[in-house]
Amino acid sequence: MSHWIALPIVLPAMLAAFIVLVARFHLTIQRVFNLAGTTALVALAAGLAWNASDGTITLYQMGDWAAPFGIVLVGDRLSTMMVLLTAVLAMCVLLYAIGSGWDKRGQHFHALFQFQLMGIMGAFLTGDLFNLFVFFEVLLIASYGLMIHGGGTKRLKAGTQYVLYNLLGSTLFLFALGALYAETGTLNMADLANRVAAIQSEGSAGIRVAAVLLILVFAIKAAIAPIHFWLPSSYAEAPGPVAALFAIMTKVGAYAIIRTYTMVFPPELEITQGLFDTWLMPLGLIGLVVGMVGVLGAKQLDRLVAFSVIGSMGMLTTAVSLFTETGITAALYYVVHSTLATAALFLIVDQVREQRGEAGLALTATKPIQSAALLSGMFFVAAIAMAGLPPLSGFVGKLLILNATYSSELVVWAWAVILGTSLIAVVGFGRAGSTVFWKARQVADTEEPSEDVPEQPKAPVLPFVAIGMLIALIVAHTVLAGPINRYLAATSAQLFAPQPYISEVLETPGKDLSNAHDKDYGDKKDDAHGVADEKEGH
Amino acid sequence: MELLVASAIGILTAAGLYLAMRLRTFPVIIGMSLLTYAVNIFLFASGGLTVGAPPILSDATTYTDPLPQALVLTAIVISFGMTAVVVVIALGAYLGANDDHVNDLDEKEGQA
Repeated sequence: MSHWIALPIVLPAMLAAFIVLVARFHLTIQRVFNLAGTTALVALAAGLAWNASDGTITLYQMGDWAAPFGIVLVGDRLSTMMVLLTAVLAMCVLLYAIGSGWDKRGQHFHALFQFQLMGIMGAFLTGDLFNLFVFFEVLLIASYGLMIHGGGTKRLKAGTQYVLYNLLGSTLFLFALGALYAETGTLNMADLANRVAAIQSEGSAGIRVAAVLLILVFAIKAAIAPIHFWLPSSYAEAPGPVAALFAIMTKVGAYAIIRTYTMVFPPELEITQGLFDTWLMPLGLIGLVVGMVGVLGAKQLDRLVAFSVIGSMGMLTTAVSLFTETGITAALYYVVHSTLATAALFLIVDQVREQRGEAGLALTATKPIQSAALLSGMFFVAAIAMAGLPPLSGFVGKLLILNATYSSELVVWAWAVILGTSLIAVVGFGRAGSTVFWKARQVADTEEPSEDVPEQPKAPVLPFVAIGMLIALIVAHTVLAGPINRYLAATSAQLFAPQPYISEVLETPGKDLSNAHDKDYGDKKDDAHGVADEKEGH
Repeated sequence: MELLVASAIGILTAAGLYLAMRLRTFPVIIGMSLLTYAVNIFLFASGGLTVGAPPILSDATTYTDPLPQALVLTAIVISFGMTAVVVVIALGAYLGANDDHVNDLDEKEGQA
């Protein structure tokens, strides 16, 4: 059994503890270790993705206990791809946080950052629903710390809302898990897949309630309308780099929906018919409208970007809710694109906030800011990507999604909404960009030129390097769309043929129990419990 | 006993939801606590209610399902920690703004 697959979780856990305990007062050491750890994580994730690229499914049994009893980590194409995406995003965000000095504005940024990564990686890799809950909590509790990093009353208020909303989400998750366990007697995803498939359609009320509760929980995480209200103020008030890192958090929800509803409740399952085409798809389209109208209506640049996140999650949900291979392929392409574009936009917005000083992010014209040319250029590119205009990856993703919706009954609605909201998004981004960057020139012309510019310190280079990296990744995602799409098609094919995954998880033998007697039954229970405890103890 | 446990879960959830929809942080946090109590009992009951049996597989014919107990323990620890976090953050927000409404930031900031 290879231990590599556990490392993306273990490495950040150890590193975070080390940073808190040993390097608490040494910012330089924290930075060095965090950077080194994140770099190692990128390499590790790349290795895992390479390993999974030929369709291999890697299984890791915690403490060597066989699957339905012990907790397993599973690395298939989808998991490792998401792990790689997280690691790469974390690298860019970390460079930005160090370059812009955000990590100095409060304590424990680096430790929380690593804990956050641990939770996200764990959520992507685990093969057990209760373990998924635990990792959700790990990533949430780290995100609470990051969200209020730097303090300030407005941020704390937004933080309170964010925490309360997620607390409610966690409670719902537990209700869903309890219902699932009561109906099936297991929480291992592969085992669940087998048992749910065996449930007859009469007497399936409990399992249907569990399925709906579960999708509700993931929808809260993914900010799908109508439960997206927590997102705008949380993301807008969070520090720039943290908001950029949060770009992956909504995708954790989307990932969980894709994973659970291709394996445990597959689309052809009779008892959950109607959940996706009747409910999820219209909600996705509504989310798209709400988000893009929010982009048009926002009065502040950070809220504008937050609403564009809701819009892009709506688009993603629309693609996911098709639950066809082409739909999931398009959705996965869009996941990568939207993560990178959102992160880039939040970082650019943070730079604008830094440079504009008092004016903040209100959409009004002020004096020209420093390095306005570079920033506005970056904003232009990222906004094009986000709004889905050619030539960048947003356009490719949108085409793929439009193409995938052909098979749906709601195809007319989907096309109308997707194309209509694109126009609204273009207008919204165009208005914001021209107010912030172009009208600045007019303001400058009317003012007397005695206002001297050089009083401001020169902007550091590293933040721009980080944003540049993200934009370069978006461009690469566009240029390599062909190969990436082929890979994602293979990923989605693997999702829709879950049998190898299930048999890998359930049929791999664990620890040899042949010479153990009665007492081992007790140990088994202790193990399942102990592993869960250990997770959360990290 | 089923009736007792079921009504306990129902009443706790109803009270918790009602309080969670209040506007001030204190009732909301109390509501959240009630909800977590409800979910803990729910999880505990999800393995089936068996009285007076050990939670291990043994030679005896009846036993209590041990897994929900392990789940509940984890859930209790997590919800306890989370409640502590939300109390601290809410206190910080209250002391800063001198206002404990959960609702969105003031209208005077002109945000949607």
